Amino acid sequence: MISAKREELRFDHKVIGDMIEPGSTVLDMGCGTGDLLEYLTDNKDVKGSGVEISEDAIYACVEKGLSVSHGDIDSGLREYPDKLFNYVIFNQTMQQVQRPREAIREALRVGERVIIGFPNFCHIKARFQIFLGGHVPVTPSLPYTWYNTPNLHFLSIKDFRVFCREQKIKIGKSVFLAEDRIVRSLPNLFALNAIFQISSSRKESNDHTG
Amino acid sequence: MKMGDARNRKFVVTKLYNLPKGEEFVLESGVALSELKIAYETYGELNRAKTNAVLICHALSGDAHAAGYHAGEKTPGWWDPMIGPGKAFDTDRYFVVCSNVIGGCKGSSGPNSMNPDTGRPYGLSFPIISVRDMVNAQKKLIDFFGIKKLLSVCGGSMGGMQALQWAVDHPGSVASCIPIAATYKHSAQQIAFDEVGRQAIMADPSWNGGDYYSSEHPSRGLSVARMIGHITYMSNESMDQKFGRMLKKGKLGYEFTSEFEVEGYLRYRGDTFVKRFDANSYLYVTKAMDYFDLQKDGKLSHVFKGIGARFLAIAFSSDWLYPPAQSREIVKALKMNGIDVTYCEITSDYGHDAFLLESDEQTKLIKHFLDRTRKQGKAR
Repeated sequence: MISAKREELRFDHKVIGDMIEPGSTVLDMGCGTGDLLEYLTDNKDVKGSGVEISEDAIYACVEKGLSVSHGDIDSGLREYPDKLFNYVIFNQTMQQVQRPREAIREALRVGERVIIGFPNFCHIKARFQIFLGGHVPVTPSLPYTWYNTPNLHFLSIKDFRVFCREQKIKIGKSVFLAEDRIVRSLPNLFALNAIFQISSSRKESNDHTG
Repeated sequence: MKMGDARNRKFVVTKLYNLPKGEEFVLESGVALSELKIAYETYGELNRAKTNAVLICHALSGDAHAAGYHAGEKTPGWWDPMIGPGKAFDTDRYFVVCSNVIGGCKGSSGPNSMNPDTGRPYGLSFPIISVRDMVNAQKKLIDFFGIKKLLSVCGGSMGGMQALQWAVDHPGSVASCIPIAATYKHSAQQIAFDEVGRQAIMADPSWNGGDYYSSEHPSRGLSVARMIGHITYMSNESMDQKFGRMLKKGKLGYEFTSEFEVEGYLRYRGDTFVKRFDANSYLYVTKAMDYFDLQKDGKLSHVFKGIGARFLAIAFSSDWLYPPAQSREIVKALKMNGIDVTYCEITSDYGHDAFLLESDEQTKLIKHFLDRTRKQGKAR
């Protein structure tokens, strides 16, 4: 089903779509009004569902024909059995969960692979604003000020790589974005957003027993 | 009401299904009924393939008259804002069926029906029924229409319990299920409120052990039961907004009359209820709800194993009688089985009554959910 009216395709949605095998099952944590899920349903033939806290966003999702559950992204994953989905997505929502490490662990339990998109706090603009401007950075991917930001955690691409190494999480794919183009060199300096596809590096124990 | 509405009124009649002679209807308790009547109404047309049928299940005090107008009546069916052309249950598209539950008093077999063995109303000799019995009776009606699979089964409160029971007992006959403000088992608190209502009826001398059909009915008892019910259907917020501490005469009278607006309202609701409802039915139907327990001793997630239907569960933020937490337990158990489920907790001050009042929000969800279910059915 292709809806007649669609907002301009978001570049990050296309990048995420390219990371997903057609026909997969997908859970989008913090799916908002369901634009990404609708894109993936229409173009990647995924069987998708979402978790979303905003009641109005739920109505928008249902209108798009999506299955969505009203709940918060911190506790939402606990309700799913192991490896129910091929992919669990946190696009621009991981920085808003209370405890990201636990959320990522849960996501890796529920999904075979996890896709995380987040704003890079150490973009060159942000660095200049802190260093020379002396204020908390405001960039296209971090457009908020300290008093109205929904973001609880601020991280750089480097931080996330270090985290994955320490947590023994395998990075499958990674794409770095600046506005509508892909950044290939020095992403921690020039990328506004990062999208990682990760998976558990160690095989699940039931893989051996099976 | 606007003038134009009166002319556009859709008139409907309640029809009656009779179990064919010689057949028996065996209840969950093992008791068999040799006669079974089911009062029902339908709206819209059943398509040739019989794939567009939606069953609406009513709550404790509801009946088969869910939508449209009965000739000579000023008020429409109990869920009229939801059922009709272009509405959530779009009768241009779906064939909508609603039937009175077994044990009820609006045309289906119940304690006020004639006992064929005695020629008198059953009264308490009517067997105890369960939500499963209600559903099995509805199944008879659906079979009578030749419908193999319902596009959806939907209901609020006790109607939601029936919808869940349908999905569990007849998984092959249900493409989607919409439990609203429902629960998977009656909690101690829910049983407690029902028992107070029953005791109010039984304490009325006119109740006479359930044998009152040829004398004065236990109206006082039933009225008190309904008053208790109404308190549980509203929220603290909605009561405060509607009545506050308003006095009917504007000042205190220092006497035991109904002085506060809220007292007058409850008495009014109680008095109108006794005109349309049978006290014995109130006992039977509340008992059926109290018996309702899908989980039994097992895990709730096991109950939903192997169900192919998709679900839309709806709860209301201020509903303390069937709180959202109970709906969330259902949703969780469905997810654990990988069942396609959508859940929404609608913000509302109306308490449990919200399922009858918040039509716009429910329409937004149900209309599109049904549309998707219909399209998925076609794609198969």
